[in-house]
Amino acid sequence: MSFHEPHELHKRRLGRNVGLGVVLAAFVALIFGLTIVKVTETDFSKAPVQVSE
Amino acid sequence: MSDIGYTSQPTAQAASHAVEPEASFGDFFALLKPRVMTLVVFTALVGMLAAPVPIHPFVGFCAILFIALGGGASGALNMWWDADIDAVMRRTKGRPIPKGKVTPDEALGIGVALSGLSVIMLSLATNWLAGGMLAFTIFFYIIVYTMWLKRSTPQNIVIGGAAGAFPPVIGWLAATGSFAIEPWLMFLLTFMWTPPHFWALALFMRNDYDDAKVPMLTVTHGRRATRVHILVYTVLLAVLAIGTGFTAVGGPVYLAVALVLNGLFLAGAIRIWRRDETMSEADDFRVERRFFRLSLIYLAAHFAAILVEALLKPYGLGGWG
Repeated sequence: MSFHEPHELHKRRLGRNVGLGVVLAAFVALIFGLTIVKVTETDFSKAPVQVSE
Repeated sequence: MSDIGYTSQPTAQAASHAVEPEASFGDFFALLKPRVMTLVVFTALVGMLAAPVPIHPFVGFCAILFIALGGGASGALNMWWDADIDAVMRRTKGRPIPKGKVTPDEALGIGVALSGLSVIMLSLATNWLAGGMLAFTIFFYIIVYTMWLKRSTPQNIVIGGAAGAFPPVIGWLAATGSFAIEPWLMFLLTFMWTPPHFWALALFMRNDYDDAKVPMLTVTHGRRATRVHILVYTVLLAVLAIGTGFTAVGGPVYLAVALVLNGLFLAGAIRIWRRDETMSEADDFRVERRFFRLSLIYLAAHFAAILVEALLKPYGLGGWG
């Protein structure tokens, strides 16, 4: 049993996995950023439309 | 178990894998038509920044990203449906599906998933009107243009051009949450620009559309009629583009850009109209190719001028005061 140079296909597969990982991490960061902006921008001191009205 | 970097039977596995057309990350990215995406991003950005309502920079960034993603999803769905056409045409032969790198089912899956994701995320990040408009744009590009018009009428590119013209409207909606006349002027600019742009391409791509049996104007009405159509649409475009200079999105900078570029564009269209096939064959469609390249600069410069006018307004300089 020995280690060999990765086949070209394995390199491509690794690139795809890393690429997908980066995309997913960026998506998480995006959602986090959006949440922060939405929470800080919204004025929670005013109540939404009163249901009773 | 991951098979990255290690194998106990390298020769046999390598031989079997060598024939597998497995896609790289770049192949999947190519499905999203990144070059078309740049146009979508830029025009949507102009639509957003020209709006009178400021948008939080991060929300604006997210909105542009999701609009681009929606455009990319349309590209993937277009490649899925048009794989047979793409395999015949020289211009599109190298796309991931005809090359066997990505299967049509994968393209369909990515297209549908990204369409849903982009619409929902744009709606959540901005408002449902912008999300709805993005959904309508994807529907228009895929169902109306790709599946219906493209293979059935020589007016395919005229009506279908609307799909590529919607991004500034979506950008405006993302910022304001309501419709106005200004983004529709930007829509009209791209809408009227699309036919001469693609007909010039059809002229110098010669038999590509014939071979693919796509009823482009060059195929159904002949190349002479296409040259006439380019001139007529360029005249109409010039009237619209210069007229826009006197509206709310225009101003002195825009008007100067529009006058120069429409003069050049009209001159190019007249040159195309005056030529015949023998002349074009002789210099390998030099004039038609130049017109096509100019059309790219034309649209980018008009939108850049609208952006300049919008950015100058807070300083009391943009527009007509």
